[in-house]
Amino acid sequence: MRIIINGENEEIQEGITLLELISGRGLDPRTVVAELNRNIIAGEDFAAVRLNPDDSLELLHFVGGG
Amino acid sequence: MQSSDKLVIGGVELESRLFIGTGKYPDDALIPAVCEASASQVITVAMRRVDKGGSGVMGHIPPSMRLLPNTSGARSAEEAVRLARLARAAGCGNWIKIEVISDTRYLLPDGYETAKATEILAREGFTVLPYINPDLYVARACVDAGAAAVMPLGAPIGTNRGLRTKEMLAVLIEEIDLPVVVDAGIGRPSHACEAMEMGADACLVNTGIASSSDPVVMAGAFRRAVEAGRAAFLAGAGAVQTGKAIASSPLTGFLR
Repeated sequence: MRIIINGENEEIQEGITLLELISGRGLDPRTVVAELNRNIIAGEDFAAVRLNPDDSLELLHFVGGG
Repeated sequence: MQSSDKLVIGGVELESRLFIGTGKYPDDALIPAVCEASASQVITVAMRRVDKGGSGVMGHIPPSMRLLPNTSGARSAEEAVRLARLARAAGCGNWIKIEVISDTRYLLPDGYETAKATEILAREGFTVLPYINPDLYVARACVDAGAAAVMPLGAPIGTNRGLRTKEMLAVLIEEIDLPVVVDAGIGRPSHACEAMEMGADACLVNTGIASSSDPVVMAGAFRRAVEAGRAAFLAGAGAVQTGKAIASSPLTGFLR
């Protein structure tokens, strides 16, 4: 199924959870903040949230800045 | 320095009056040593979309540091609020540096949008530190909006040009009852020292340290400069005399 991740169309596996997606991308879920369809998803809910077609997902983390 | 001379922001007591950043280091692995040499307790970070497999900066920040995420990249109050809420969701506290900039050439902050974001986020329980032009009315708007401190710029971001806004900073230090943290443009320890001598409550230094040839040694130099400037402010500088010299040694009892 297709969803939008960080502004890009991506094909992902049907029915996977947010945690599976984040881990599958080689990211440490403890350092990632997620916003799904403009709603912030708390880290402890990553495993419970399943992604749906046409979802819009933002995955962010802290980088160097002043 | 008196141990009772603490900076209090949002109910948090800080021993150090030097805030540091995490941007632009030649190698992020320098950050722990910079933290130690600076003795800083507050460190800024930015929030961006993850790259696949990217690890971000958090692995380099000692856990004792208080995180001050910024809203850089926000062009409006709405975008700043969105970023601030995401930063808080990361579980690193409720401090936020509001940075709303739509001018990409000079990176000067938008005072109106900054005050708007400050009001919304202060109401949501954030400790809000807005990055502003040293404009008295913008600063007052941020105070009224519930800011915990104001962060006026000394010179445009990343320029290392020092306190180009000195006269206006002096007005804010005089008129604003919240802590004044001079942010942006401080390139050398003497700039930071000067701000502290003027009565600024703290300085935020990123580029001045990160762009030095030896960021760790420079972090230590900034620590001492901020401490020296603060001590001088508390001591009170002697009056400036105009006209003729005034001898420091007695003018009697000369050997002839």
